[in-house]
Amino acid sequence: MKDYRRYLPLASSLIFLVLWQVLALYLNNRALPTPVVVAKVLWLECVSGQLPFHLGVTLLRLVVSFSIAMLLGCMIGITLGLNKKLDAFFDNWLVIFLNIPALVTVILCYVWFGLVESAAILAVVINKLPNVVVTIREGARALDQDLLDMARSYRLGRRKTLVQVIWPQLHPFVMAATRSGIAIIWKIVLVVELLGRSNGMGYQLHLFFQLFDVASILAYTIAFVIVIQLIEWFVLKPLDKKALRWRR
Amino acid sequence: MSHIEINIRSKTYSAVESATSNKVIENLKLTLNTNEFVCLVGPSGCGKTTLLNIIADLDKAYEGQVLVGSNKVPPKIGYIFQNPRLLPWLTVRENIELVLQEGQSVEDIDSLLEVMKLTQSQHVYPERLSLGMSRRVSIIRAFAVNPDVLLMDEPFVSLDAPTARQVRELLLRLWENRPHTVLFVTHDLREAIALADRIVFLSAAPMRVVSEISVPLLRVEREKEACIDQFRQQLLNQYPEIKRLL
Repeated sequence: MKDYRRYLPLASSLIFLVLWQVLALYLNNRALPTPVVVAKVLWLECVSGQLPFHLGVTLLRLVVSFSIAMLLGCMIGITLGLNKKLDAFFDNWLVIFLNIPALVTVILCYVWFGLVESAAILAVVINKLPNVVVTIREGARALDQDLLDMARSYRLGRRKTLVQVIWPQLHPFVMAATRSGIAIIWKIVLVVELLGRSNGMGYQLHLFFQLFDVASILAYTIAFVIVIQLIEWFVLKPLDKKALRWRR
Repeated sequence: MSHIEINIRSKTYSAVESATSNKVIENLKLTLNTNEFVCLVGPSGCGKTTLLNIIADLDKAYEGQVLVGSNKVPPKIGYIFQNPRLLPWLTVRENIELVLQEGQSVEDIDSLLEVMKLTQSQHVYPERLSLGMSRRVSIIRAFAVNPDVLLMDEPFVSLDAPTARQVRELLLRLWENRPHTVLFVTHDLREAIALADRIVFLSAAPMRVVSEISVPLLRVEREKEACIDQFRQQLLNQYPEIKRLL
């Protein structure tokens, strides 16, 4: 029977925790607290309300900047994918923006616009936007011309063509941009908070770093990873399942 | 009124990475009367699909003029492509409903599904259909818009003979109930005789009309294979030049 396979992820997590505990006990150093200590800190931070507050602030920044980047990225990506002249014109811009280090954008945004919320969001959007554009552009280039011709010959109109013919073909590309987007954006948000905000996960991590409080750093990291995993399970996977229900 | 007047002086395709261009159509003149069923017969690669795309307004890069219906009201066109071109993420019924104009009744779809024997499969996704079933769905989709003009591009190719015959009969039944102008591309002369009021023979590229032949057979006569074969032989004897176009 292959039922044991279902328990493999759980078993591997438990083994990881046990190894961590053994190693931490063996080293007996503040630089590596045991998982039990980290769990205690996590609980205390939750109860005090500190962790939910800072986590909430970071998540809000993530949601706002992610939504703006995805919306703009999809619009620009589709336009470039369908228009060869515009694509040729803006291709170099994309390459430049793709290669600007995140830290540079963040610093420049703070220098130019001040240490304000909008500058923080703008910095994250500028960092993520080129990735979304490139991914969606590939999707738009790969659109099935036969289906587009069908839509034109039956005069489906712009809205129906976009919603019923183009968007479902872009779905795998949008999901790829979403997954890689969330993974990249939350890391950039932390840098943005570390450099110029007075709340959020990045700010807190900076504080813990100065206090050499590794247990809190790990506790906050674990909380954030759990939230991202929950988004994957309860938002992205169901979306995937619904959109791909037609596949055999 | 949905007659079609075609007068294409030339249509060329540029060869990739080359200054030369291939002329696909040259001096093609053809008129289709309202509610006429015309079959286009010609060798493969001669430009028949290009012609249908021009009529459907999918291809505008040509010299000449194509007039479909009156200029004032754009005609409703049903296009049955060589491959069914169904949206795989929509069910059979959703694929058909997609092309309906706002306010158009969906009741017709039920009767069309019934005629094409697809009522049972209306909530199935296209991936689960056989090729014959997919082709029937694309025929229903074309009829669902109540077209003034129906363009059909070898819709029965790659179907086995009994299925092709069955779908052909269903198509004729639909057309007789709701007559409209039909342009049907095929390279099968028997199929053309079974369906057409008039057969237009086309040359290899650059495409032009070689001859136009009316089919005087009654619809009941066309149900008999022998009748069709006899007429075919008669045509080949009378117009030996069409042999090389088949």
